[in-house]
Amino acid sequence: MKTPDNPLDRALADATFEAYKSAVIRLPPDVLRAIERASVAETNPVARGEYANILKNISVAEELAVPLCQDTGVPVIYLTVPPDVPLTAGLYDAIADGVRRATREIPIRPNVVDPISRHNSNDNTGAGMPAIHIRPGNRLAVTVLPKGAGAENMSRVAMLLPSQVGQIEKFVVETVHLAGGRPCPPLFLGVGIGGTFDGAAAMAKEALLEPVDEMTEYERGILAAVNKLGIGPMGLGGDFTALAVKIKTAGCHTASLPVAVNVQCWANRHATVEVKR
Amino acid sequence: MSGVISLKTPLSEEVLKLKAGDHVELSGVVYTARDEAHLRMQNEGIPFDPKGAVIYHCGPVIHDNRVIAAGPTTSARMNEISGFLFDKGVRALIGKGGMGNTIRDQLKGRAVYFAFTGGCAALASSHMTLKGVYFEDLGMAEAIWAIELNRLPLVVGIDAQGNDIFDAVRKKSEREFAQYGNR
Repeated sequence: MKTPDNPLDRALADATFEAYKSAVIRLPPDVLRAIERASVAETNPVARGEYANILKNISVAEELAVPLCQDTGVPVIYLTVPPDVPLTAGLYDAIADGVRRATREIPIRPNVVDPISRHNSNDNTGAGMPAIHIRPGNRLAVTVLPKGAGAENMSRVAMLLPSQVGQIEKFVVETVHLAGGRPCPPLFLGVGIGGTFDGAAAMAKEALLEPVDEMTEYERGILAAVNKLGIGPMGLGGDFTALAVKIKTAGCHTASLPVAVNVQCWANRHATVEVKR
Repeated sequence: MSGVISLKTPLSEEVLKLKAGDHVELSGVVYTARDEAHLRMQNEGIPFDPKGAVIYHCGPVIHDNRVIAAGPTTSARMNEISGFLFDKGVRALIGKGGMGNTIRDQLKGRAVYFAFTGGCAALASSHMTLKGVYFEDLGMAEAIWAIELNRLPLVVGIDAQGNDIFDAVRKKSEREFAQYGNR
């Protein structure tokens, strides 16, 4: 594999490595606060024990500088590109290079395989992987969101009818109900509403980057409905099945209502590093 | 969390007294096993002494003879391939997410299912020392690793009397969701 040969690409590869490393070892402060709040408020004794383990795990990972969870996911990348940086294939290659280095040096588990042959590339890259999303901005910065399979596999998309706006909550609750303890709750739920079939799913994932300690009334309402299920941490029962619902919306066709739910386990991992240049 | 019960492997009939919801700290050697190891043990026999043994549903990351990360994997995948273990004297399983009705019946009067918190790979490894390996040709994730635990914090998810926390929670979730009806 060739390594990037210009300074900007090298710096982007370095930033990708740093963001990946940070993301798999320590949680964002808002995510940690949400878990801590739930651990204090939880009334179910079995669930309280689960929170004790989760919080201890977070501090052990930090102390030993090792990944929180052995499923270090697949690399989902958000790259913010300022006006003066030309969008070239070199940027994509540099990010892939940072991912390969992260796999080798952190180290993290190689999870990326060919979807049909199931052959493992052993470096967490493949066709279209890392999944790179480009956003315009003022600074060149890379965000890594390592997405584990347990929760990702429980995610769903629905093309509701325009008359079913009132059914959005039911679809989210149903998604969590069907998942039960499998996605390692307490969960963070990214919800995309509107746009297109693919756009709703992309919004649902990007919503996971939003601060989890701020929620709209609509988001809180859905969260309360989800928590009535009582699934609790790891499906052992408890007051909180999810800790936050974050919604992103986009304009959609008058005849459509796409809704996507991206399920995220308690380890809502993501980290952003600005590229030095 | 009060009244944590300390246990050490190999386990005896003491597990029969455990109740779903009890907190336990487990010490002593346990054996990791996932899908492939279960199938191999069914065909070729159990490579360790199964009397009082504990099986951990886990595909660890091992590096330089050390346990780096060893969180639990989803136990339900082993629902249909675990019965023989209890016939041979295995006293407990450890995993995440609970297991099916078949296992709940097979555990009765013989063994228990412990839940360990999903995603807590770093915490798990800080309570572990690697002791040996069987079926290494199955690869790192699927091999059977003998791992000594030092007071790993667990909760009894399914006891030997048929009490199953996961099943009770699933039923509650079912009732709550049913309230949406055809609204």
